[in-house]
Amino acid sequence: MGVYIKNNSFDQLLTELSRDYIITAPVKLPGKGAFSDTPLVTYREIRGAGEIEFNEKSRFSPKEIIYPITQTLFYFTENEYSRPAVPDQGIIIFCRACDVHAFRRLDEIFLRNGGCEDIYFAELRKKVKFFVMECRESFENCFCVSMGTNRLEDYDVMLRVSGDAQECDARGDFAGIFTGYGEAVEMIPRFVEENHTKVTVPENIDRQVFKHPLWEEYSSRCIACGHCTVSCPTCTCFTMQDIFYEDNPKCGERRRVWASCMIDGFTSMVGGHGFRNEKGDRMRFKVMHKIYDFRKRFGYNMCVGCGRCDDVCPEYISFANCINRVNTIASGVSAHE
Amino acid sequence: MNNAYLPFKAAITGVMPQTASDYTYRLATDLDVRPGQFMEVSIPGVGEAPISVSDFGSGWIEMTIRNVGRLTGVIHELKPGGHFFIRGPYGHGFPLEEFTGRDLIIAAGGTGLAPVKSILSRHCSGQGRLKSLTLLAGFKTPSDMLFKDEISAWREKIDVQITVDKIDENSSPWDGSTGLITGLITKVPVQNPGNTRVIIVGPPVMMKFSALEFLKRDIARENIWVSFERKMCCGLGKCGHCKIDDTYVCLEGPVFNYTRAEELID
Repeated sequence: MGVYIKNNSFDQLLTELSRDYIITAPVKLPGKGAFSDTPLVTYREIRGAGEIEFNEKSRFSPKEIIYPITQTLFYFTENEYSRPAVPDQGIIIFCRACDVHAFRRLDEIFLRNGGCEDIYFAELRKKVKFFVMECRESFENCFCVSMGTNRLEDYDVMLRVSGDAQECDARGDFAGIFTGYGEAVEMIPRFVEENHTKVTVPENIDRQVFKHPLWEEYSSRCIACGHCTVSCPTCTCFTMQDIFYEDNPKCGERRRVWASCMIDGFTSMVGGHGFRNEKGDRMRFKVMHKIYDFRKRFGYNMCVGCGRCDDVCPEYISFANCINRVNTIASGVSAHE
Repeated sequence: MNNAYLPFKAAITGVMPQTASDYTYRLATDLDVRPGQFMEVSIPGVGEAPISVSDFGSGWIEMTIRNVGRLTGVIHELKPGGHFFIRGPYGHGFPLEEFTGRDLIIAAGGTGLAPVKSILSRHCSGQGRLKSLTLLAGFKTPSDMLFKDEISAWREKIDVQITVDKIDENSSPWDGSTGLITGLITKVPVQNPGNTRVIIVGPPVMMKFSALEFLKRDIARENIWVSFERKMCCGLGKCGHCKIDDTYVCLEGPVFNYTRAEELID
């Protein structure tokens, strides 16, 4: 259902929706950027349409809205457990096409892998409605076209900034609500059809690629800061963490916190055993997960080509370049055989 | 919806010290466990860790826990009548059906003896359908030997060969062999390689070189099984710590056939 809604009406629409939904969107926070006097574009709950950053790519992905960096799994006292409350409202997420594809990857791990549904993820996930902001053109470092995540069928509302208005394609219950705030128009979603950055993901990756000297270069370059995995919309790893309250150590909580395969300690076990001490091996592990072994297990690539890892790397390591290098090597290896 | 992360309280009915730092805990529980599976063990406020089940019976399970970290340090303070929290069991255990009528050789390094103990105790008490069972075990020193009483009993029934890396001055008297477990593997009688099955459990380096020695003894790759130890925060295929390539050790392992294990590059 296409609707043309002026910005002030759109703001009123969000006010109406906020009765039943927590509305989250990328916002621009002045002075919070990685460099001095630069803004940070990141996700927050919003109060009005004016807060939404429509023109820039967010540095962090929307995954944290339903998979928080730190999430309490349960509170405990001596003999009892209780779960944190789950909000009654639905959750609206303003995001990009690639981000919606990324949620499908999160679903694969949290809802299906191992045949067990993660209750904490599942309860929030089923509340989510996607308000997808059209990308007028590709942002820097994006390679969604190569990854096939530029187009999207599955959304609740598609939005296009049109001067001082939004052209919307609203579906389901939203169609009726949106109609009341604007005039009917034809709105056919447009998607980015070309990126500056292009990658070719190799079909087959020989075991020899795992041992290729390519990875050693990353050992000297990567500083194991984990920015890439924190900004990635598809990274799901976490570590359990128990805390107790200082005033009463018999009460506390068990939490999970995001973990990164790039950071020291990811595989460490008591007694000193661990794996992938070299940062190059961690890079290999991460890259293979995103473009190879996730696909081997679930049938499609994990990486959605949002390019956030390349946006945030303080060492200017390019994941996109790495994929292309792996492709060159993989083709060479198979041609050699 | 079921919350798979919620542990349940399990009462400690017995604590059996094995060494200065390894204690076996018997817990009252009706869990249905297979040899080689593991539990997530926790104390709220301290932490949670994967620990393999060392033995089990009707109404109880046992876990042999080494005091090496914060959680296990607190567990070591616990006594019968106390409790800790568990969830599980997780993972696939050893494929016992593959061993029916076979000559089984178990090579265990250090605490690697714990996950296979239930196979040994079952066979030696007349249960199980193995043709024969041989235990090769290696420990750092004689004082690090686990399940001393059980081993004495097993010696009555099966061939048990034990080696230690070294004999230090604090060690109990030792008349067994010294040296690496691979030394035992080169000499262990293998009557019929085709009918022999092998389980190797221990530190990664020990498993790697033990497997190579068994291959030299004409044991086929597909007749060798190993058990992996990895950091695991969930046991459910979610936390990602134990993943190797497209394999989740908590789901598809921790027991792997060697043909698969040798392909896994961490």
